[in-house]
Amino acid sequence: MTEIKTTTCYMCACRCGIRVHVDEKDGRAVVRYIEGNPEHPLNKGVICAKGASGLMKQLSPARLTRPLLRKPGSERGAGEFQPISWEQAFSILENRLKAIRSNDPKKFALFTGRDQMQALTGLFARQFGTPNYAAHGGFCSVNMAAGMIYTIGGSFWEFGGPDLERAKLFVMLGTAEDHHSNPLKIAISRFKRAGGRFVSVNPVRTGYSAIADEWVPIRPGTDGALLLALVHELIAQGLYDREFVARYTNGGHLVIADPHSPSHGLLATDEEDAEPENPAQPQNKLWWDRHSGRPVLSHTPQADPSLFGDFRLADGTRVQPAFQLLAERVRDLTPEWAEPITGIPAATIRRLAHEMGVTARDEKIELPIAWTDCWGNEHQTVTGNPVAFHAMRGLAAHSNGFHTVRTLAILMSLLGTIDRPGGFRHKAPFPRAIPPSAKTPTGPEGVQPNTPLGGLALGWPGSPEDLFVDAQGEPVRVDKGFSWEYPLSVHGLMHTVITNAWRGDPYPIDTLMIFMANMAWNSTMNTVEVRRMLNDRGADGEYKIPFVAVCDAFQSEMTAFADLVLPDTTYLERHDVMSLLDRPISEFDGPMDSVRVPVVPPLGECKPFQEVLIELGGRLQLPAFTNKDGSRKYRDYPDFIVRHETEPGSGIGFLAGWRGTDGKKALRGEPNPEQWARYAENNCVFKHELPPSYRYMRNWNRGYMEWAQRVRLRRWGEPILVHLYSEVLQRFRLAAQGKWPGRRPPERLAKRIETYFDPLPFYFSPLEHQLTDLERYPLTAITQRPMAMYHSWDSQNAWLRQIHTHNYLFINPRTARASGIEDGAWLWVESPWGRVRCMGRHSEAVEPGTVWTWNAIGKQPGAWALAPDANEARKGFLLNHLITDELPGRISNSDPVTGQAGWYDVRVRIYAAEEAGAWPQFRTLTKVSA
Amino acid sequence: MRPAWSVILLTTLIGAGQGLYLALAAADAFGEAPARFFVAGAAVSLVLLAGGLVASFFHLGHPERAWRSAAMWRTSWLSREVIVLPLFMAAVFAWAVAHWLQMKTLWFNVVAVMLAIALFVCTGMIYACLKFLQEWHTPLTPLNYTLLGCASGLTAAAAMAAWLHPPLAPAYAAAALAAGALAYLARLAALARNARLRPKSTPATAIGVKHPRIAQIAQGAMGGSFNTREFFHGRPREVVRAARWAFLALVFPLPALFLVSGFPIPAFLLQFAGLLAERWYFFAEARHPQNLYYQAIA
Amino acid sequence: MAAIPDADKGFGMTQLALVIDLNVCVGCHACVTSCKQWNHSGEAGPLSDANPYGAEPSGTFFNRVQTYEVGEFPKTETVHFPKSCLHCEEPPCVPVCPTGASYKRAEDGIVLVDYDKCIGCKYCSWACPYGARELDEQQKVMKKCTLCVDRIYDGKLPEAERKPACVLACPTSARIFGDIHDPDSQAARAIREQGGYALMPEWGTQPANHYLPRRKTSIKLHPDELQREDNPLKVDGKLPRPAAGEPALDDVTSW
Ligand SMILES: Nc1nc2c(c(=O)[nH]1)N[C@H]1C(S)=C(S)[C@@H](COP(=O)(O)OP(=O)(O)OC[C@H]3O[C@@H](n4cnc5c(=O)[nH]c(N)nc54)[C@H](O)[C@@H]3O)O[C@H]1N2
Ligand SMILES: Nc1nc2c(c(=O)[nH]1)N[C@H]1C(S)=C(S)[C@@H](COP(=O)(O)OP(=O)(O)OC[C@H]3O[C@@H](n4cnc5c(=O)[nH]c(N)nc54)[C@H](O)[C@@H]3O)O[C@H]1N2
Ligand code: SF4
Ligand code: SF4
Ligand code: SF4
Ligand code: SF4
Ligand code: SF4
Ligand SMILES: [Mo]
Repeated sequence: MTEIKTTTCYMCACRCGIRVHVDEKDGRAVVRYIEGNPEHPLNKGVICAKGASGLMKQLSPARLTRPLLRKPGSERGAGEFQPISWEQAFSILENRLKAIRSNDPKKFALFTGRDQMQALTGLFARQFGTPNYAAHGGFCSVNMAAGMIYTIGGSFWEFGGPDLERAKLFVMLGTAEDHHSNPLKIAISRFKRAGGRFVSVNPVRTGYSAIADEWVPIRPGTDGALLLALVHELIAQGLYDREFVARYTNGGHLVIADPHSPSHGLLATDEEDAEPENPAQPQNKLWWDRHSGRPVLSHTPQADPSLFGDFRLADGTRVQPAFQLLAERVRDLTPEWAEPITGIPAATIRRLAHEMGVTARDEKIELPIAWTDCWGNEHQTVTGNPVAFHAMRGLAAHSNGFHTVRTLAILMSLLGTIDRPGGFRHKAPFPRAIPPSAKTPTGPEGVQPNTPLGGLALGWPGSPEDLFVDAQGEPVRVDKGFSWEYPLSVHGLMHTVITNAWRGDPYPIDTLMIFMANMAWNSTMNTVEVRRMLNDRGADGEYKIPFVAVCDAFQSEMTAFADLVLPDTTYLERHDVMSLLDRPISEFDGPMDSVRVPVVPPLGECKPFQEVLIELGGRLQLPAFTNKDGSRKYRDYPDFIVRHETEPGSGIGFLAGWRGTDGKKALRGEPNPEQWARYAENNCVFKHELPPSYRYMRNWNRGYMEWAQRVRLRRWGEPILVHLYSEVLQRFRLAAQGKWPGRRPPERLAKRIETYFDPLPFYFSPLEHQLTDLERYPLTAITQRPMAMYHSWDSQNAWLRQIHTHNYLFINPRTARASGIEDGAWLWVESPWGRVRCMGRHSEAVEPGTVWTWNAIGKQPGAWALAPDANEARKGFLLNHLITDELPGRISNSDPVTGQAGWYDVRVRIYAAEEAGAWPQFRTLTKVSA
Repeated sequence: MRPAWSVILLTTLIGAGQGLYLALAAADAFGEAPARFFVAGAAVSLVLLAGGLVASFFHLGHPERAWRSAAMWRTSWLSREVIVLPLFMAAVFAWAVAHWLQMKTLWFNVVAVMLAIALFVCTGMIYACLKFLQEWHTPLTPLNYTLLGCASGLTAAAAMAAWLHPPLAPAYAAAALAAGALAYLARLAALARNARLRPKSTPATAIGVKHPRIAQIAQGAMGGSFNTREFFHGRPREVVRAARWAFLALVFPLPALFLVSGFPIPAFLLQFAGLLAERWYFFAEARHPQNLYYQAIA
Repeated sequence: MAAIPDADKGFGMTQLALVIDLNVCVGCHACVTSCKQWNHSGEAGPLSDANPYGAEPSGTFFNRVQTYEVGEFPKTETVHFPKSCLHCEEPPCVPVCPTGASYKRAEDGIVLVDYDKCIGCKYCSWACPYGARELDEQQKVMKKCTLCVDRIYDGKLPEAERKPACVLACPTSARIFGDIHDPDSQAARAIREQGGYALMPEWGTQPANHYLPRRKTSIKLHPDELQREDNPLKVDGKLPRPAAGEPALDDVTSW
């Protein structure tokens, strides 16, 4: 008898709805067929290659089924384990963590990979009291998040996206796949069929770029120059949306232009907004009204700001509109300037700018939707300029990515496409304030024994005062997040944790807990060294990182380095929530969240990590998980999800749907134990559609803001003006220049901060390029995600690995021939940090200065329960062996603003190899017996 | 195409069996020989035919269902071959029995000869009828199967005669030389034809994009598939060239030398080896248009 | 929706097929594994895999997505190219089959293999110019795309889901299913209106599956579109204005 159950896919982070056909076989439920759920708002019935192979994940021989303890006497990395009971596992953790918590909670570090439960892991860490918590965002795409959120109050992927239903021109930069996998495919296809024009900017033409109407090959790491030249051309030709810039950005705000003043570069204010709606975001900036020729409070009725000019305030202060400064910044950044940097002909850049500008101007959309802006003006229609953009790690994963992404956000704003039809649209809970109000503690006193952390582990600094540093200005977090090294590292820096902890800089830790991340392999830089560090001992014979616990569902390269392995369930065996407190599945038209429900029982003794945390929370008596009498508060994770409130009585919990005692409230309301059942009945999704008048212009939409305040998506309702000019960055620059009244950076970092905290976007070549002999290493090496493979998850999947069982280095034939490399031949790729032997493949679809390969296909022999001679290990290779985590001078290979890992900055040379076979090779892991 | 030993043995063995029978039949019709010789000859022919039949079973995924393959004789040359081969074997057997029993054999002979020729046609047409296998799609294919079969059968007959009935040996040797020469010429003609073939299918027609430069980058299965195993010989070009030289030497010139010098048995063995090489090459040489879809792994 | 053969139209009138739109296919392989999954899990499964966790893993699939590069840098087109049995109207694979295991259904034109009759002689695969058939190495019978006959006529499924698994899976809806002989079907219309073509037409196999070519959208800009009255630079006094002293008609004509 086949039963069909709905749940949410997790073969990747996209979270499509699926219907799982389950059969009874010998008294056991077995998965028989998985299909897209046609009633799910995200994927509307479609599924992807990974999702349709979920069946084989259940059958993977690499599944972990019991808690494992490293065999006494065996070394880390050997992967030799003995099974233990859950009780033993819990008591090991409990004893260890209790001691740490009562002593120095920051000695416990919890870092998580491609997970979707940061709301819970974050809560656990905060309750524990450690600042050393983050997910993978720092090495993933924090530049995309920070660059855009610090500019428009929202970003791509889960946070927002291109409105391809209505766009006429779509420009995609540096995207191979992205998190919004199926919806993006659905949308691009519809867009093309509706006659839209699709331009892809990418060094490589595969996947989406393949079906672009125009492929613009670009040299990696140079998009900033392209985007600045586009901004130049739009301004030079007058192709920007003046009304939008004037009203909805800070382009008309007056910037103090007095190099000697401590306020230089800050926005001039009037004291009039004495009682600001949001104290952190006073609405007291000034315009120079071009009608009256006087400074007025921004958004004064009837006034219209001058966007150009050089003025003096009554007190003699020299001021200039921010837009004037932007225009000055890009004055010489012409297409001709960008051509030799990007490799894109100036004529092409100019034409693209004109296409964008003219389409935005002449194809205006007008929807008969009345709305009211935050200043009380009533609008009869919503208008839009149908030019949409999308970008991802091609921009983000460079050490200059923050400014590149910010430039993109500015370009989008000049075209007047923010939260408007046909342009970029937010997804709830965005837009947020610039910056959002969540903050970390600001000093070591935020970390106290047996006490929850005095703030969030991750936040959004708005000024040096928000940094998480000690009195000397040195980091409190082990990853050095929110320190002067990477002030806006809003997602933390997972890629620095192992190295820093090993080195004891800023301090050693005791226990490192890794959930769902393969930090010994594909998600680490400097793989070979990091693997050594994980197994390195100090003079006392103790491990430099004393205890490593790993929770994973499969035998990975990372689990081999664990002291304690916690076997997780798969996505078909557990409850999960995709919460508004984390990254929900919201779409443009309103908030949505969703859940997973188990469709088959856990294999062996597998236990969801959620249950592990709930159990530990109870055992450690963390306040949020404990009753007043000290007893455990939640039976299990499902119980926690429906009963937990962010604060007692807040009415805000992990799930937004069917709240309230009668289950009739949405977003906010009393806990309802029936929530799981309601979700299960509703395709595991809750969808709240906003009325049309709240769906657009949300940064400045009074109706939306009031609603968002009512449901507590936002605390404040002030408008969110686009930051063409970033006052936040200027505050840090002032500090570096010694002009800021508050905190100052340590001397060694002052120059760096001054350079990179430019309030206006600028282009610099990636840090690694600046430090590399570019003649010796003439090529840039990058990776792309294959659509049919998710990081390291799927090489144990019998179907998917047939599609990508090993990888090649793709090389433009001209480049290959110049190095004497035949199609299909073995070659060496060498970076300043190491070399790898792999096979090459000639491809006309890659820019000649770039070589690339699929991400995370290469494997350690024997890992993932593959045969030692599996292609992944003998023919496949990992580019990560060539990528460094630190640049000369011990600076992290990261964006100096956000700490985003500079994956795609590595420079290489290639030469023919005499011998065949992938190199380096690592010891062969043996299969852990179940 | 990937040469399959089962098919190579099938076609060469039954070809020799048919040729041998035709040699015997000629002697029966136009000459003299003791029944003993005919019966022994038929026995050898049947052994060759049966050997081919057995080999063919190794080609099948489900030999136990082989009987089903007679069903589609209206359309399938393979089906026809499957019918004609046992019929022919039965006819040879009957003919031999008739000799054994000293009966009149004329009608037995007529039927068996017609079946032998039909079998040549069927076997040849199995390949020749596939029009997009341009190397095979020519009357030369059945002609070659027939002539090469006859040549090897006549050489076998010469060898048998030398052993069992010497008076016939020179005539058989002469006939073998003649058939060998003809077969050789026809085979050379096929080689020459195929060397000039221009594949009608190109990457452009395969995917329907008109452009002179189309390169496959991925075939969607990196570990290979049925399509990469069945339709590619997977041998370096030198091996293919060596096979051609081998069969060009072994199919006629060398056996001819031995025949002329009066050593028909080594002549037959050499020639049969040559035929194995010829058949291997026949398959290896054929470029299946499906291969356009399986050019590169990535 | 599945075009269930209409008795009035008479047999032989219906030809079900897939029309694959290369204009939107992004090469995601969803059609590959969803096909594998459906046909593996269904009545006729499994579709075997050899060495699933070892060297050179290889299995039976009815549908593969391949990639081609057309042209030279920078004018390169990357073409993702899904291919399954094309259900030829003159299928060369059918008449050669000695057992009758391969057949073309009169009622809807689907070319099928009867696994119970197939002897695994592979001859039909030789006779298919497209490499659309694969011998299952475990079951030793010839397999190929069935157009999901076991889905499209399944009355238990809601009508919208009576479509091949790959069609339902495809995120770009690049796979259009229907009766290409019915001029009103979406498939026939797509072929007609978007230049649908057949693969290797030189062999007269008349594949029922068709492919739709890439189409390009471009924007034509006229120079005067950049010099417009509503240029915002004007508002801010930034459009260059000629100086008063520069020559003008006023200097030479009095009217
Ligand atoms: N199927 C699948 N989907 C996934 C994942 C997966 O592993 N598999 N991973 C998920 C995760 S964690 C993430 S972060 C997202 C990432 O989604 P993407 O950002 O789309 O993923 P990448 O493969 O990193 O794509 C980077 C793209 O940028 C290009 N590129 C590199 N450098 C530059 C540059 O300097 N300029 C420009 N313009 N382009 C450049 C590369 O050629 C590539 O096409 O995907 C998610 N979705
Ligand atoms: N060279 C290069 N390196 C990169 C990138 C790149 O583009 N180029 N991209 C980077 C990016 S953006 C990211 S996000 C990272 C991703 O890197 P990671 O976050 O490390 O992701 P994976 O290695 O795929 O997966 C981590 C682990 O999750 C496990 N897992 C899968 N399902 C489950 C489950 O249900 N429960 C548990 N507990 N574990 C499970 C897998 O077995 C695997 O061991 O890689 C980074 N590394
Ligand atoms: S995109 Fe694919 S793998 Fe990701 S959630 Fe959707 S169906 Fe699952
Ligand atoms: S599922 Fe659709 S888009 Fe993906 S490869 Fe197949 S046909 Fe192309
Ligand atoms: S594509 Fe091949 S298998 Fe399918 S009908 Fe045509 S010839 Fe036969
Ligand atoms: S393999 Fe099966 S279907 Fe193909 S020709 Fe032989 S018997 Fe027919
Ligand atoms: S129609 Fe069915 S059998 Fe054919 S390719 Fe699609 S899913 Fe596979
Ligand atoms: Mo990522």
